[in-house]
Amino acid sequence: MKTPKIRFLGEFLQAHQGVGPLLGLLLIVLLFSPTRGFLTPENGKIILTQTVIVAIASLGMTMIIVSGGIDLSVGSVVAFSGVVGALVLSVGGPLVLAVAATFGAGAFVGLVNGSIISRFGMTPFIVTLGMMGVARGASKWLGKNETVNYDTNSPLNFLMNNPSHIPFWVPPIGVLVALCLASLVSVTMNRTVFGRHVYALGSNEATARLCGIQTTSLKLKVYLLAGMLYGVAGLMQFTRLQQGSPTVAVGLELDVIASVVIGGASLSGGTGSVFGAVIGALIMATLRNGTQLMGWETYVQEIIIGAVIVLAVGLDRFRQGTREVASGG
Amino acid sequence: MNEQTASRVQLSVSGLSKRFGATQALAGVDLEVASGEVHAVLGENGAGKSTLMKVLSGAYRPDAGRIDFAGRPYRPDSPLQARDIGVAMIYQELTLAPHLSVEENLVLGAEPARFGWIDRRRRRERARRALATVNHSELPLDVAVHRLSIAQQQVVEIARACSQDARLFIMDEPTSSLSRIDVANLFTLVRQLRERGVSVIYISHFLEECIEICDRYTVLRDGRSVGSGNIWPGSMDHIVRLMVGGDAKDAFQRGHSSLGKTVLELKDLSGLRKPRSVSFSLREGEILGVAGLVGAGRSETVRVCFGLDRLLSGAIYVLGSDRSFATPSERLNSGIGLLSENRKDEGLMLNRSVEENLTLSRLSPFSRGGFVDKHRQMEVANVLMGKLGIRARSSKQKVDELSGGNQQKVALGRLLHHDCKVLLLDEPTRGIDIASRTEIYRLMGELAASGKAILFISSYLPELLAVCDTIAVMSRGVISAVRRAQDWTEHDILVAAVGGK
Repeated sequence: MKTPKIRFLGEFLQAHQGVGPLLGLLLIVLLFSPTRGFLTPENGKIILTQTVIVAIASLGMTMIIVSGGIDLSVGSVVAFSGVVGALVLSVGGPLVLAVAATFGAGAFVGLVNGSIISRFGMTPFIVTLGMMGVARGASKWLGKNETVNYDTNSPLNFLMNNPSHIPFWVPPIGVLVALCLASLVSVTMNRTVFGRHVYALGSNEATARLCGIQTTSLKLKVYLLAGMLYGVAGLMQFTRLQQGSPTVAVGLELDVIASVVIGGASLSGGTGSVFGAVIGALIMATLRNGTQLMGWETYVQEIIIGAVIVLAVGLDRFRQGTREVASGG
Repeated sequence: MNEQTASRVQLSVSGLSKRFGATQALAGVDLEVASGEVHAVLGENGAGKSTLMKVLSGAYRPDAGRIDFAGRPYRPDSPLQARDIGVAMIYQELTLAPHLSVEENLVLGAEPARFGWIDRRRRRERARRALATVNHSELPLDVAVHRLSIAQQQVVEIARACSQDARLFIMDEPTSSLSRIDVANLFTLVRQLRERGVSVIYISHFLEECIEICDRYTVLRDGRSVGSGNIWPGSMDHIVRLMVGGDAKDAFQRGHSSLGKTVLELKDLSGLRKPRSVSFSLREGEILGVAGLVGAGRSETVRVCFGLDRLLSGAIYVLGSDRSFATPSERLNSGIGLLSENRKDEGLMLNRSVEENLTLSRLSPFSRGGFVDKHRQMEVANVLMGKLGIRARSSKQKVDELSGGNQQKVALGRLLHHDCKVLLLDEPTRGIDIASRTEIYRLMGELAASGKAILFISSYLPELLAVCDTIAVMSRGVISAVRRAQDWTEHDILVAAVGGK
């Protein structure tokens, strides 16, 4: 009974979260490997750079999905916080203030989402669907419907763009930041009381309450922290473009949610891992990159990504199905 | 036994009452439990057991009466507070977090931590100790709880409550989903609790179990405690008599209709978990009652029969031909209709109108080319409303604005509109007022007289005896006895329902 018996593929995936997505990633890399220019150090760097934004956002989304919620506003929040950060730089504000404002903008939206969801008991789906529009509108308003430009020599831009004297294959600092954040969130989710309570909340909210967990404030914290992480993703987004764009990251929520689900989270809460979500983000970026290099039309790319998302949710159903069999026996 | 009852009183309840709207759920309950005593609370469905337990566990506030626990007045605001005071409820539905490990569940809400970081060594120690106190150290600490059997999960739940210093356990049907061996293990555990001076309130439909494990009993009937005493092997008869009460006869009596050919026959039917083995046949003009306790598998039987749940083995014959596998829509097409016991979640579209609810399953009589003639739909609905005596402002009124009885008549009316030949009625009279009840009996009588076949699931024995031609008793997933209604007494039915092997 020490290690659960492996009876089905689904149970295996359940027991070893992260292994399945990793195999999936390897498979995709293998499929694209004959493509010219795919298996090169430079392309590796490109994929990693492209992963950063989705990966960081998926850290926040992992927390929310594990807690039993969902957040559709992530794309808009990334744009909103990026516009806020770029605005601070455009009026000559110090770097520290720009970074703080970007994080703060994300955290603020998370706070609003979390308060409405936890205090009024509203469905996260609806609240964040509304916020998706509100935050997008707010960023267009702040940017006066245009991109916000600032000094292109700002050192913040080195987060996602290497200066010219660095070898072409070295990934930018943003990748390192994403890795550090992923480890931090992973440890938080696995080793702290807060993290374990988030799992308990998503697994069985009634139980969590019965065990004395303050579910209302816990939910609020989850959305707040996730919002802050979206702010970090927003920082990466605008420094990569070297301008704050209110129309960027449209549809990002699909990539982010898909990453988290591919990484082993269940949309009904209680399961999910940060490691898996990061691998999921890598899968999404690799798919986009590979199809581009194959010279396929963008619509092919869109179809493939869409199918992968449905497949990922199907995988979630499959895992749940096997769980029922496991507990029924 | 006498030393025990003389020892310190752990819980004393007197004159407890609780009212929900028009229903007096508790009307004066007295209960006394000593420390180190296992006390059975018994009663038929609806006698007030679950309300009493919810009051004790802090989920409801009583309207009147006094509760003392461990010598102090006991007035918890919530189950959480009750647990802090030392009263732990072991629910039928377990309250563990299924995805977390055994270890995490054992310390959930009380994790040993420093500055928010979990001290994993102390957590493990504490979890080990909790399992050791209930003598189940063999349980794996790292496995997610949903991978354990129900019995093992129950042990985890009890161990958790023990580690939080619970002095009174309330166990509500703890054996309903356990195997025989698991039941024996649970009883060992209950005896250990008793030796440590912990009190247990034990609720079970299975009288033989109560007689085996409990020291004393209290019987509830119609929200009142009607008797209590020590348990000895001969108590069973006396307890059953207390549960049934005087001879409550219902006013309704129905003339018997002539029975036609067999329309529905089940042979050794079994589903995924329940039923285990069910055989009966239903004839035109017959009302077949199915008695049994909650959880006996009666609802599951009709759900399998209607094609809602999977049929595992056995056969279903409709009008003599094998129709074992069918979807609900095929069942409806062959004239079989189901009235769900769960009116609110399954039976009705609560936020839609009466007419939509009545006609949903068969719109064809008033639609052409896919378009519904709303006017004729309303006419049809009005005819049905008159026939069933549905009281609503108009056929456009939303169903959730109607009383429970009228809602039920709408659900039943849908089967009439569908012109079903076989009606599977699952608890059609539960939770509705007496006037509506009587109207439903009258309607069932008329339907049977016109040659329809009715399967009538009910937990209220007097109505089964008054309305049915035949009564089958189900226990633990098996139909144990089928007899003509006049050959049954309430007492016999109850004995067959609780004593089934």
